[in-house]
Order: sequence, then structure tokens, then C-alpha cells
Amino acid sequence: MSKAEIDFPPKGGFSFDLCKRNEMLIKKGVQPPSYRKTGTTIVGLIFQYCGFHSTFLEMLIGCLTKNFKEGGKTEDGVILGADTRATAGTIVCDKNCEKIHYMAPNIYCCGAGTAANTEAVTDMVSSQLQLHRYHTGCESRVITALMLLKSPLFNYQGYVQAALVLGGVDVTGPHLHTIYPHGLTDTLPFATMGSGSLAAMTVFESKYREGLTRDEGIQLVTEAICSGIFNDLGSGSNVDVCVITKGHKDYLRNHLLPNPRSYISPKGFLFPKKTGIDKFFGY
Amino acid sequence: MASDMGASYGSTLRYKSVERMKPIGKHSLLGASGEISDLQEILRYLDELILYDNMWDDGNSLGPKEVHSYLTRVMYNRRNKFNPLWNSLVLGGVKNGEKYLGTVSMIGVHFEDNHVATGFGNHLARPILRDEWKEDLSYEDGVKLLEKCMRVLLYRDRSAVNKIQIAKITEEGVSISKPYSLRTFWEFTAFRNPTVGAEGSW
Repeated sequence: MSKAEIDFPPKGGFSFDLCKRNEMLIKKGVQPPSYRKTGTTIVGLIFQYCGFHSTFLEMLIGCLTKNFKEGGKTEDGVILGADTRATAGTIVCDKNCEKIHYMAPNIYCCGAGTAANTEAVTDMVSSQLQLHRYHTGCESRVITALMLLKSPLFNYQGYVQAALVLGGVDVTGPHLHTIYPHGLTDTLPFATMGSGSLAAMTVFESKYREGLTRDEGIQLVTEAICSGIFNDLGSGSNVDVCVITKGHKDYLRNHLLPNPRSYISPKGFLFPKKTGIDKFFGY
Repeated sequence: MASDMGASYGSTLRYKSVERMKPIGKHSLLGASGEISDLQEILRYLDELILYDNMWDDGNSLGPKEVHSYLTRVMYNRRNKFNPLWNSLVLGGVKNGEKYLGTVSMIGVHFEDNHVATGFGNHLARPILRDEWKEDLSYEDGVKLLEKCMRVLLYRDRSAVNKIQIAKITEEGVSISKPYSLRTFWEFTAFRNPTVGAEGSW
């Protein structure tokens, strides 16, 4: 070992020092541990309910009320949805995990792929956005989060397996983006990612239309996630929904529970007689 | 039964008017996806089967259950010899008032169900069919449902072409419609101008 190697200060991000050791272990026949993946269905949807997609008469009424009473508001925002199953190989390791991650008060991100990667990357960018908010004093924009997410994903050339659906409402309006593990991004009115993305996309492709109201949007997103839950093996359990509108968000955790535990033994669970339960913690 | 009329050669769309659904005997209809040459071979086998059945001239004819069983045996035995016929087959028919719909894959997996799909249809069409298929669907509603599935497949499968045929099998016989196109919608404002308010992204 030359002295120069010891002098380098530790850089941020991933350190690949153990890769050679791992290769050697695999050659000797040691099985590497499997990743905890979120085999997943995640979806996003922009709803823009406004007057000017309807007939002329309604347009007139919409404009009038806006002028006189400040009523007849146009309501638009983003709705994100996700299932709640996390798998490690073929085992379901978490039946009710949270896949909709917080980025900013007005921006949320759903993550599919390797669970650790999605958590880490969204946490990283969430703190970067907070620092940026302190610097500028303004509300974060969705494209800021987009750039902050896609740059490291591209730099790691797809090895950070995180496929994300990023949605939020900022001063410029509602935005919905998908981010692929290699760093490509898409700006779309409706998007799906994860192993259940095809099942969810069928629901969107057949039922999405412009001018959805908030409730119709929530209904459509729930249907798309349920399609993923029931038709894809990597997705399951419950439906989480997050509705983001200007200045307001609704994080509906476990909005729908389509897989209830239908049989619960009436006897309850009895510990074997010799189990030492000394203190009862009041559960 | 619905199928599109495209046949690709790798990533190039080679033939755009391939009829992938054929009537078999008096009572059945075969639809296939996968290797076209293997489909033609299967049609030859079935032709021989129906011919021998007709030569008996005993007033009975092979129904969809029998043809499905024959195809299963053929596909499974070829797979056992490590020389499969690279197709996913759908066999439907009506005989003596009894409806039948079954499928055989290239490795011999076979089952009978109320709705089946091959290839990408398993991922894109099955969820729709599971949700929206009912026991007493009328013919027009059934066609609408199949068209809905084919439209989603047209949007999301890269090897799909916008030229489909619908086949109808009843007690009276088989009729395969003329090819026609589905109406698609591309006018979402967000597709036309996706980066409104987010200039520089894509």
C-alpha cells in the first residue's frame, strides 16, 4: 500500500471499496443477500377541473362568478397513489410500507425499485430542497426536485435502482414527472411505474380524460392501484393516496384496504406455558 | 375473438395483413400469436385432423373441446422433445349450445376460462377483462370490451398495428369481420405541450 492512498479525504456518496471483496466471496460460493425490493405499483395523475373545457354557456357562468363572487374556482392539482407491499425476493417483508415520500410541503414522490435506494435518494433531495428553501425563502419548485433527483441517478448509470413518480404544485402550476433509474425524465398528465405499471396503465389509458374533478381523480387513481394490487404479484395490500393542490395537501394513508384479514382466530394468541413474561408492557 | 394483423420480423414490421384467426371445422376458431410458420404448421395438422374426421362420415364432428385437447397434446409433446412450436394459441367455439374458450401455450400449459389473452395481452388486457367481464355480456358489449383492450394494447405495445379483426363464433358458424382501425385519441393538452410552466424539462 503506497502512502498516497491513505492521504485522500473521504468523498461523499457511495464507496466501492468492498466490491472486490464481494467478487471474491461470490467466487468462493457465498450467496449475496437479496435486495429488499418494492415490487410495486405507483401512479400519478394531474386533474384540472376548469370551466373552459365545457360548453359556451357554462364558460360564461364560470367567468361571471369568478368576477363577482370569487366562486366557481378552477381546482387543479396532482394525485399520487401507491400500493404498500415491499418484497425481498419472493417473500413479502413489509405488508404496509409507505411508498409516498415527503420531499417538500408541496411536493411528494412515489418510489419503486430497490426500497433502500428510493428512500435514500428522496431523503437526500428532500434535505437539499430544505436548504435551498432557507437560501431563497421561496416555495420549492417541482423542476428543482426533478433536476436534483435525476443528476445523481444519471451519474450512477442506473446502478441506483430507483424509479420515481414525482408530483407537486408550485407557483407555475401542477406538475407530474416520472424518473427512470438511468436518469431519463418524462413530463406527463398520468404516469405509472413499478412492476404493476402495465396493469395500472390499462386503467389510465381506458379511463383518463381531461377535466377530472378531485374526487373523480382519487377514484381513478384508487382503481389503477387496485388493478396493480390484484393483477400483479409484486404489488399488494393497501392503497395510499396523496392529493396535492395549491397550498394544501391531503396524505390519505391507507385510503383503501381491499385486503382485510378475513379470518381472525377467536381464541387469540396464547403463549406457550413456559414463556417467561415477567413484565407486562401494557399492550 | 379479436386480433391485430401485424407480423414483425425482429424489430421491423414485415407483414401488415396477416390473418391470425382461422376457423377449424364447423365449430371452432383458432387464434394464434408467436411464430407464423409454426401457426401454418399447426393449421396443416388441424386440416388433416378435420379431414380424417370428415372421412368417417358418421354425423359427428370434432368440437372445440376435442380440438383443444389435440392441440394440447401436440404442443406438450413437441416441448418434451425440446422442439416446441413457438405459439400461444386461443381456441374458442360453440357446439350443441355449449360455449368453450381455452388456451394452450408453447410449453403445453392449457386451461379454459371466460376470457384469455396472449403475449402482452396478459399484462394489459387481462386486468380490464377481469374487472369488466360479466356472465351475460351481449355481442355488442363484448366487441366494445375487446376493442377497449385492443386500444390499450395499441397504445402500449410496440409491436401492435392499428388494423384489427373481430371474429364471432356461434352455433351457426364462424364469421371473421373485415379489417378495420380503432379510433385513437392523441389530443391531450399535456401531450401537446408537456413542459408548460416547467421550461427546460422534458
